[in-house]
Amino acid sequence: MKRKDYSGIAVAVPVTIPYVRYSTHEAHWWLARVLRELIQGAGIKKSDIDGLCVSSFSLVPDTAVGLMQHLGMSPRWLDHIPMGGASGVVAMRRAARAVQAGDASIVACIAGDTNHVASFRLMLGGFSAFARDATFPYGAGGPNGSFAMITDAYMRRYNVKREDFAKLCVAQRDNALKFPHALFKKPLTIEEYMNARPIADPLHLFDCVMPCAGAEGYLVMSAEKAAELGLKSARILSTIERHNAMPDDPMQLTGGWVLDRDEFYGMAGVTTKDIDFIQTYDDYPVIALMQMEDLGFCAKGEGSAFVQSNSFTLDGTLPANTSGGQLSVGQAGAAGGYIGMVETIRQLTGQALGNPVPDAEIGLVSGFGMINYDRGICTGAAILAKGD
Amino acid sequence: MANPLNRPSRKNPIVKTRLPTLPPTTRGRFALGLTAAATEGRFELQVCADCGAVQYPPREACNQCLSVELKWTPQSGAGELIATTVLHHSNDLFYRDRMPWRIGMVRLDAANDKGPSVVAHLHGDVGEAPSRVRLTARLDRSGQAVIYALPEKETPNMADDPQYRETTCDPKFRKVLVTDGKTALGQAVVKALAAAGADLIWVGQAEPWKMSPGLDKLREFPQVAIVPLDVTDADSVNKLAAEIGGKVDIVVNTAELHRSGGIGDRDNTDTARREMDVNYFGLLRLGQSFGGAMKFRAADGQSSAVAWVNLLSIYALSNFAPHGTYSASKAAALSLSQCLRTELGAAGVRVINVFPGPIDDEWNQLLPPPKLGASVVASAIVKALKDGVEDVYPGDVAQEWLTKYRENPKVLELELRGGGM
Repeated sequence: MKRKDYSGIAVAVPVTIPYVRYSTHEAHWWLARVLRELIQGAGIKKSDIDGLCVSSFSLVPDTAVGLMQHLGMSPRWLDHIPMGGASGVVAMRRAARAVQAGDASIVACIAGDTNHVASFRLMLGGFSAFARDATFPYGAGGPNGSFAMITDAYMRRYNVKREDFAKLCVAQRDNALKFPHALFKKPLTIEEYMNARPIADPLHLFDCVMPCAGAEGYLVMSAEKAAELGLKSARILSTIERHNAMPDDPMQLTGGWVLDRDEFYGMAGVTTKDIDFIQTYDDYPVIALMQMEDLGFCAKGEGSAFVQSNSFTLDGTLPANTSGGQLSVGQAGAAGGYIGMVETIRQLTGQALGNPVPDAEIGLVSGFGMINYDRGICTGAAILAKGD
Repeated sequence: MANPLNRPSRKNPIVKTRLPTLPPTTRGRFALGLTAAATEGRFELQVCADCGAVQYPPREACNQCLSVELKWTPQSGAGELIATTVLHHSNDLFYRDRMPWRIGMVRLDAANDKGPSVVAHLHGDVGEAPSRVRLTARLDRSGQAVIYALPEKETPNMADDPQYRETTCDPKFRKVLVTDGKTALGQAVVKALAAAGADLIWVGQAEPWKMSPGLDKLREFPQVAIVPLDVTDADSVNKLAAEIGGKVDIVVNTAELHRSGGIGDRDNTDTARREMDVNYFGLLRLGQSFGGAMKFRAADGQSSAVAWVNLLSIYALSNFAPHGTYSASKAAALSLSQCLRTELGAAGVRVINVFPGPIDDEWNQLLPPPKLGASVVASAIVKALKDGVEDVYPGDVAQEWLTKYRENPKVLELELRGGGM
């Protein structure tokens, strides 16, 4: 059966609550701020929000449920999406279907996390049952250790060089310099990248995101509702998700996107050539490269050449992670799964924060989340277009 | 090949002793099967009873057919190293003190080519990926099992690799107290430790006025020092601990009193009290006097305080009436050793319990063979230290008892009651 498309749905009011390295507040504080800005940005009442998607690691012991009482919300539709880096895409999919079905009329999709000095360290050992039992006791490197092994295998298998990752990281830093909320404000050179201290070979300092606190959000509603509210909005051309794809692969060298890629572009009616910019999930540059390959921007194994033949900068070819991505803005927990989506909506609604992609009509945003044991389990992607 | 260990230089008294930390200790209940097997030196993974799929990480249901019948099953550990990393940063204090640290991903061999991928610590002689390795489960300093990838074949000085040595209690260049050197077993243990490269072996001697030719022979070993130690005398234990307690890396408690007989064989409790005084209270006194300093020195460099060995008996598992009071004293000691294990384990010092079947000595004269030679038990003790295991059951009798005990302890008791063993 052919999947129903996402026509008639508007995505609007992209909000980023500026990140900070450490916060003494709890996740509720960050989520309240983003929700408040969404309501103010849309010019609606709090009670007009009748659906919510929430993603947060540090909300514990609460979930989306506890947050509703905390914030005095009474939605008729509520989803908690614990999918880390895939949350932004997945929330939009869920919300769009709820609106299409009439289960909710305005859905606020929000993600945010606090970051106390000890937060990241404390989260690692209990991240998942498999992490607790089978990765954390092995040097307690956290995701650095796991992604280091993926990067090691990837580099050998596909003849990718550190210089390729350097180019991606430097381009993103270049983009970040024009984005006011990026925590990294100094230019990065190839030389600095190459000479950075090792963290988990072959990963070095600038391959690793910096944990921080922050929040992101957007609204999903019908196109009519967006027009009625006078909101600038983007359309959803297509979106996919996949979990625990290809579990028998010894190492994750390919992500779940490949399984759904043809149908993904088929529904959107576009090809990679029509994409004006991409937002990859960039917890480590190897994953960004994997997405470019697995979403068809180049053939598998040609990532190195592809990277060297594009600039990824705002004014160059295939602008990527136009706000600087997590590598240059920071990784605010689950908000890291939203950063690309929110930036995509900004770019397509003419609301870029000083870093517009010229003539951007169509953007692709990709998500990747939850290194449950040895690999990221959740993958998702969406193609959005400028609203009518 | 690993660089051979050098004899550590004398400890600098003005340098602060590194305090013990433990690697991550928390495991899910369903992951403890890995540790349970590793305490006896086996590498076991869950295998689906319905479809045969090998599972890792440990779990509650088969990832192929969803059966919940997963059985812990010995594995060869053969596999291929497919990726590696050297960690230069860790979020855990134990590893932070030991950076850099090398780990890798190993694809286990499987007939259907669906062997699980296993994150493993790497022995220093494991090469770059891809290469063939064999996996083994080892107890780390937290007492939990971790998987180590070893080179496919033995390499020179394997045990000296620093990352590997963090899982062993190898006596090489360590200082050991053997609490009783007057028995044939105690003497065999001293010789085995000397052969294994122990740096210094203090050998306890109670009642020194009694002649002991075997003990005198030990004086010929350059690394042996005979010291007065009577485990039934708190003053004696404390005095020795005050002298050497801050240097002891390994305690091998060989002190025991063994008399045959049960309840009806005597009309008083004198013998039973003496057995308890050595076998149970002796361990208690030693633990009180030596345990604290060992905990403090559990991360004191290459030759840290590392292990405590108790000579128990297979009769600790179930009472053997012809040696009934002795059995009871060993059961008491077993229980106390578990207390000691918890307390010393908090610092990373391993308690190794040795459960031999009958030893071929004068107190087992009337028992039929097979009986264990002292040197066999001594070898088992040194091997346990080198392997870093927790429980050892040397000899055929002990193995048979253990198997029956695991199958059904009540049936074993009934069999023993009927004189069937």
